[in-house]
Parts: sequence; C-alpha cells; structure tokens
Amino acid sequence: MAARVQAEPFDPARELAALGEGAGAVVSFTGIVRDDGDLAALEIEHYPGMTEAALAEYGQGAAARFALTGWRIVHRHGRLQVGEPIMMVATAALHRRAAFDAADYLMDWLKSRAPFWKREIRRDGSSAWVEARAEDEASLARW
Amino acid sequence: MAVEVLYFAWVRERVGLPRETVETGAATMRDLLAELALRSAGHAAALGDHAALRCAIDQQLAGLDAPLVGAREVAIFPPMTGG
Repeated sequence: MAARVQAEPFDPARELAALGEGAGAVVSFTGIVRDDGDLAALEIEHYPGMTEAALAEYGQGAAARFALTGWRIVHRHGRLQVGEPIMMVATAALHRRAAFDAADYLMDWLKSRAPFWKREIRRDGSSAWVEARAEDEASLARW
Repeated sequence: MAVEVLYFAWVRERVGLPRETVETGAATMRDLLAELALRSAGHAAALGDHAALRCAIDQQLAGLDAPLVGAREVAIFPPMTGG
C-alpha cells in the first residue's frame, strides 16, 4: 500500500517481493523507455507534493474499488535512458480479475491524471514535449 | 489575495519562470489566466489557449471555472503524460 516518486532506478522484482502476502493474485505493469529509432533519453518533470498525494489517492481508490489486498506504485522523474524502467504499478487481490482490472484502472489514471510531463530527447540533441493522446483520455472514460 | 502560481513543462518554458507570487482578485482560474496573460509576451504565449491547459488549485485538479476563493497555490500545466 504505497506510492513512491523517485529519481533513482528501481528493481521491479524487489517491489513485488512482499506484495503476495494474503493474496491469490498479483499483477504488475512496468513501463520502459522505448527505443523508437532515434530517442536518446526521456526527461520526466513532475509536481512535487501533488504527485505523491495524487498517486496515493488513486492507489487507495483502486484498493477500495477492487478490494485489493495490496498495491504499489513507483514512478521515476528526471532523465531516463532507453531501456530503463519508468514506472510500475502492482496490484494484489484474492482473484486475478480484480488484480488485472485494478492495474489497468491505475494505469489509465496515471497516464492522464497524475502530474507528470515527458520530454523526448533525440540523438541529434533536439527535444519535444510528449503530447497527451486522445486514446488515453478515452481509456479513462471506461471506468 | 496573494497566490503562489506554479508552471510546469512547456507552460513553464514559455512563461520563463517556474513559479511566481501574484496579487489577484480573480474569482476563477479562467479569470486568473486572463490576468496572468497580460504580464509578458511569454505569459501570453503560454496561457492564451485555454483548451491546451490544465490546472490544480491547492494541489487538486480543478476545472477552469473552479472558484479561487481561499486558494494559496495554483498550478498551470499542459495535459499530463505520465505512465
């Protein structure tokens, strides 16, 4: 039952270690900086204070809605290289459907409602802010 | 009232500041955006298109027509791109 925002890398396996206690199912999602051809790095900005509160609020909301036995959200900020984990969501429940749904729900919230902004740095040194996608907003409306 | 205004991502870059304290009588975020846009060419470039902006009042997401009464900290930023 914890949300963390940090610049340092994290180990997804380690985050999962204690999450299975009392559960029948654990689901995890890890987002990784994707090499789309000429991406050098990703820079993630966030809103210190609000970010932590929002992640905790969404986690607690998912826990209540899907009767989770445990959950964890880790999200990094700062400069990330291709191949590095950006963030992870893990949910634990008595049965798989609740764990899958809760992870899906939390990802939709994180994509569109957690105060993070990504900037793509290209190999030629140019950079641009990532634009929000209409599909992500539409995904959120499913819930 | 004095309000701390925070800017993020390209809004911060266009305004040219991460934060500033402003004295305002604005009733809503929309009114505040109109006031702030008059501060500089950078502010105008960042804050002119309301459809491209999202806001938080005291660290809670809020619509542009949300009342500002009692607000201490507001934030203005583009649509979020986490995950």
